[in-house]
Parts: sequence; structure tokens; C-alpha cells
Amino acid sequence: MTTLDSSKEIQKNNSEVNETHEDFRMFGLITFLIADGMTFAGFFAAYLTYKAVNPLPDGAIYELELPIPTLNTILLLVSSATFHKAGKALLKDKNSDSQKWLFFTAFLGIIFLICQLFEYFHLPFGLTDNLFASTFYALTGFHGLHVTLGTLMILIIAWQSRINGGRLTSQNMFPLEAVELYWHFVDGIWVVLFIILYLL
Amino acid sequence: MTISIDPQKTNNESLQPKGWLRYFSFSLDHKVIGIQYLVCGFLFYLIGGTLASAIRIELASPMSDFMPRDVYNQVLTLHGTIMIFLWIVPVVNGAFGNYLIPFYVGARDMAFPRLNAVAFWLIPPSGLMLVASYFVEGAAQAGWTAYPPLSITTPQSGQIIWILSVLLLGGSSIFGGINFIATIIKLRRPGLKLMQLPMYCWAMLGTSLLVVLSTPVLAGTLILLSFDIIANTGFFNPVLGGNVVVYQHLFWFYSHPAVYIMVLPAFGLVSEILPVHARKPLFGYTTMVFSIMGIVVLGLVVWAHHMFTSGTPPWMRLFFTIATAFIAVPTGIKFFNWVATLWGGKISINSAMLFSCGFIINFVFGGITGVALAQVPFDIHVHDTYFVVAHFHYIVYGGTVFIIFSSIYHWFPKVTGKMLNEKLGILHFIITFIGFNLCFAPQHWLGLNGMPRRVAEYDPQFQFVNQISSLGALLMAISTIPFLINVFLSVRNGKNAGDNPWNALTPEWLTSSPPPVENWEGEAPLVEEPYGYGKEISEQK
Repeated sequence: MTTLDSSKEIQKNNSEVNETHEDFRMFGLITFLIADGMTFAGFFAAYLTYKAVNPLPDGAIYELELPIPTLNTILLLVSSATFHKAGKALLKDKNSDSQKWLFFTAFLGIIFLICQLFEYFHLPFGLTDNLFASTFYALTGFHGLHVTLGTLMILIIAWQSRINGGRLTSQNMFPLEAVELYWHFVDGIWVVLFIILYLL
Repeated sequence: MTISIDPQKTNNESLQPKGWLRYFSFSLDHKVIGIQYLVCGFLFYLIGGTLASAIRIELASPMSDFMPRDVYNQVLTLHGTIMIFLWIVPVVNGAFGNYLIPFYVGARDMAFPRLNAVAFWLIPPSGLMLVASYFVEGAAQAGWTAYPPLSITTPQSGQIIWILSVLLLGGSSIFGGINFIATIIKLRRPGLKLMQLPMYCWAMLGTSLLVVLSTPVLAGTLILLSFDIIANTGFFNPVLGGNVVVYQHLFWFYSHPAVYIMVLPAFGLVSEILPVHARKPLFGYTTMVFSIMGIVVLGLVVWAHHMFTSGTPPWMRLFFTIATAFIAVPTGIKFFNWVATLWGGKISINSAMLFSCGFIINFVFGGITGVALAQVPFDIHVHDTYFVVAHFHYIVYGGTVFIIFSSIYHWFPKVTGKMLNEKLGILHFIITFIGFNLCFAPQHWLGLNGMPRRVAEYDPQFQFVNQISSLGALLMAISTIPFLINVFLSVRNGKNAGDNPWNALTPEWLTSSPPPVENWEGEAPLVEEPYGYGKEISEQK
């Protein structure tokens, strides 16, 4: 993650009281991500319990193809790196470079979602076919929702990093840092999901 | 990295409405939000109380003659959901937390004021939605636990509205929890150490940790349940290969900590009230802090004691019995500390003190039945009977609601600048205490003799005891009247309270009553000894 200490002190005119406090927006975001992670933890726990105690009916299909999800894993890991590049560029006041890296990251996110939909359409089972199918769609769908939101937020901060009139500058790094942390979180969840759902 | 605070800018003073209108606005002032939580919660308490009265009227006779059986199921579901999610959790966390925590940490507002206002304004719409679901095809009928397959087979629209409403309330609760953690850990006044904080801060820190760790699991579970209802998936539907016990595990992973979310803040509040009215320091501050954190950790690993009859394997029964019995240790430490705080103190018998003492009596009783319920053989005998109902109400009504009233009597002078009438307050306490014990103590006997809960009809042999219980409920309903009269009279022409009517030492009493918008004129005071009673007289002389 790009340095937390980059936000400069915001000075405002104030005649009577001039107090300062630490910037704890990132602390709040981390607390929220822990909460969000607990939702996934609940889903994973349910999935693993079903796997252990609820045998699927005979003839149920639960085979998954590996190429697309492996490609998706690589896409998300690369996108984490490109996001990091964007932060580095913005810190050096190279706004247009930063914007390019952000658009590239969003592009990778969109490719991920397209691959995910492609996988959905070519799977041999539907949402209500059996317990495994339902859990598979619930887990990947909930994660896909997170990727969708993340991609939208990346597009917003990419727009905000434009040179004239954008709010995202090396003086105001918080929006980028916040979305970056969220994006790394979503990537991390995907890696866990990939291991539990596809490899186990 | 720092952010400078600009009072004019951060609070948009010119944009915020003044007077009573601000209570209907998207105000960012933590004191306004606290009062919004309290009044909104109290209105829902009146609705939930009306539903409880309807239940007790129905149960005064063995046949279902007051209302049809499905309406009875809707009423008991709405009663449970409203009382838990719209009265106790928002009031004991949101109302008192928002009002007091910024004072206690020496801040001018909460860490995230806008998030705070959003968290409150999620509550009225979801509450109204829940109440309105009664008029759509009938409200949810599956109890506040919404166990499948019952929640899947009962009429769908009410259940879906119930799920949406609880999801919104859970979101509100999570936002509030994030805000409290950030405020207590990050927004403390410079020089104020963690171990100098008033006990309520520790209670709210523990509660907020539980909220952040467990509420999201409930949200995920309810999303899966709504898929079962709408999309015909089979997560919790045995017919489609699902597993109802998984729902119970996930549900109680939230809902057992939810009991601590309801009761830990009350532990914190009573730790504030007792030292003030007994004029003694809080006994055993450090052990109190470690007890709270012990309850938080243990509270996360005891959930399956609600499921001893759900086919739990023996090792699970053993583990959860032992873990549950362990919770009695930190809780017992806290109770001995409170009694030791009172011991030899200069006790003033006023409404706040009476309600706090009532809390101690009721909660010890509820705690003992709780330890009994943790034992598997006993639990299997009384599972799903009125014994559980009695135990639960001794915890949440005899415990938390008594403390909510105690806190209202204690902090009313600070919030309004007026004193409440003591005679009406003591009358309120007497009727509540007698009514509450008359209503719920007989239910232990009913449960031990096998009267099942959540049914509109019962064996006629239980009629007499049920009528005693209904009489108690009538007294509890009546007890609200002197309280409401008291509040309305005192707001209009109560005695002026002055800044510190109780001679208390915690920071909120060191400012004017009612406090100014930014809490303090000038710098926030540094209170190193919030419970330094007894020393003050010698020091003053």
C-alpha cells in the first residue's frame, strides 16, 4: 500500500480554536473490511460444513474447470500490482501516468468480470441444481459484487485524478489509498475463495 | 498526519436547524443523534410493549380466543424483533454511546459524524417497514430467530420484509460499531490513557468488537435465507438437500454475542451510576476491564449452547457447556465488584440508584438460571419452554431495560438541564419491579412443568399461573404512565438541575447542562480519576 503519511495537514482559517487530530479514516476502513471479511468467513464456514456433512445426491455435477479461474486469479494479482504503480506515480505528481495505471487496473477488473460471466454461462449446473451449485454461485456472486463495486470506485478515482480540477492529488491521497486497500482485500478474498472452492 | 478541526466547517452550524426541529434533521451533533436514538427507540418500545400486552391477554385463557393463531405468531415475532433490534440494541448502544462516549474520551464529536447520522437514519425506515409488514399479507411468523424450514414455509412477503429490515438494522449497528471503536481508540484527548477511561468506554469497546465481528455473519446468513425463499435454492431446506443446523450455527454465531451486545453496555452504564450515588470509587477497575474483554472473547465461542437439542455431537455439547460455564466467572467478578462498590458507601436512595439495585437483583437471578441452562441434561428438559422465556426476560428486561431507565434518571438533568420528579420516579420503580417479577418469576415454574413457548393455546392446568403472569404484565404496562408523566412535566417545569446535580466526577458533568454544541467552551478537561470519590472532601478542605 502506498504510504499512509502522504496526506498533508489540511489548514483552515479558524479564529478561536485550532485543534488537530490524527487522520483515522484508514483505521475506520480497516475495521469495516474486518466486518466484511467476517461475512465471507460465514459463507466459507457454511460451504465447508456442507462439504463435510451434506453428501450430494447421486449424479450431481460439481466438477469445475480450472483454466478460467486460474486466469482470473492472475488478472486480480496483476491488477493489485498495477494499482500500486498508480499510487507510486501519483506520489511523484505524475497524474497522467497514475490515471493510465488506474484505467488499466479497472480494465483488468472488467476482464475479470467478463471471464466470470463466461464461466457462469458455460457451467453444466444452475443456481438451484444442488447444494454445491447454490453455494458456488452465492460465494462467487458475492465476490463478483465486490469486484464490480471496486471497479466502479477505481473508475471514479481515475476520473478524479485528471490534471485540471481533479480532487485526487499527491496532497490528497486518501481516496486512492482507501480504494487500493479495498482492492487488495478483494484480491485476498479471491485467493482464499480460489483455494477453498476450486482446489480443495 | 493530522487533520485540523474547524468547528464552523465540520458542524455546518449555520446549516443545521435549531430548537426541536434539529431532532428531525440529518444532524451531525453526537448529542442530537443520541437523543434521536433514545426517543425513536422508546417509541418502538411502546409498540413492542403493546404487542407484549396482546400476548399476555391472549395467554390469560388457555384457548386462542383473543386473536387467531397465525396472528399470535406474527405478534410474538414482531414483539421479539422490535424489542431487540429497535429498542434495546439502538438505545443501550446508540443512544447512550453517542451521547456519552465523546465526553468520556474528551472529544468534540464522534470520529465519523456523517456515518453516525447515516447509522441512525437507517433505523426509522426499517422499523416502519417491519411494522407495516403486518398490513401486507401478514408479518413474519417464524419468531425472531426465523429458523428454517418454518421461515421458508410460512407466507413469504412478511418474512422477506423482516429479512430486509433486519439487514438494514444490522448495517446501522455495524456503522455504529466502527464509529465507537475509532472514537475510543483514536479520538482520545492527548494525555488521557486507556486505563483512565470511564468503564462505559470499555464496555462499548467490547460491544463494538462483538458487533463488528458477528453482525456480518448474520447478514450473510439472512442473504442465504432470502435466496431460499425467493430463488428456491436449498441452503437451509432439507427437501432440497440443505441443512437447517448450518442456519442455526450461523444465526447463533451472531445472536449469542447479540445478548452481550445488549447487556455489556448496561454493565458499563451501571458502573458509571453506582459510584456516583454511593460516593465511592468503582471497586476493582482493572478486573472490570479484564472481565469485559474476557466476556467478549468467551462470548464468541459459546453459541451452540442454544442448540443442545439440534443433534449436536457429544464433544460439541461438552465444549459449549464448559465454555458457557466459564462466562459466569468474569460476570461474577463484575457483580462482586458492584456490591463491593456499594459496601460502606454513602448511598442515596433515588430513582437511578433504585433501578440500578433492581438490575443487580434481577440479573443475578437471570444469570443463575443461565448457568443452569448451560448444563445439557437440564437444558434438554426445559428447551423451548417458558423457562427460557423467563431467563431471557430476566436478562434483557430485568437487566438491560432497568439500566436504561436508571440511566435516563441519571443523565436526564445533563441532557435537559431539569431534574426529574423523584416521587414519580420511585413510584415508577416500585410498579416496574413488582410487575416485572410478578410477570416473569412464575414462568420459571411454567417452564419446569412443561409449558412450551410460542404457542397461543396451552393445557388448562397452567391457567392460574398464567393469569398471575398476565397481571404482572398489566402492572408493567401501567408503570410506563408515571414515567411518561414525569418526563413531560419535568421537561416543561422541572427544577433547574445546574451543571452537576449529583456532584459526579466523570467528564460529562464538567460542562454546562445542556452541553453546548461542541461539548466544551475551550479545551476539553483532562479527567484522570473519573471515580475519585471520597478523596474530594479531604482535598477540598
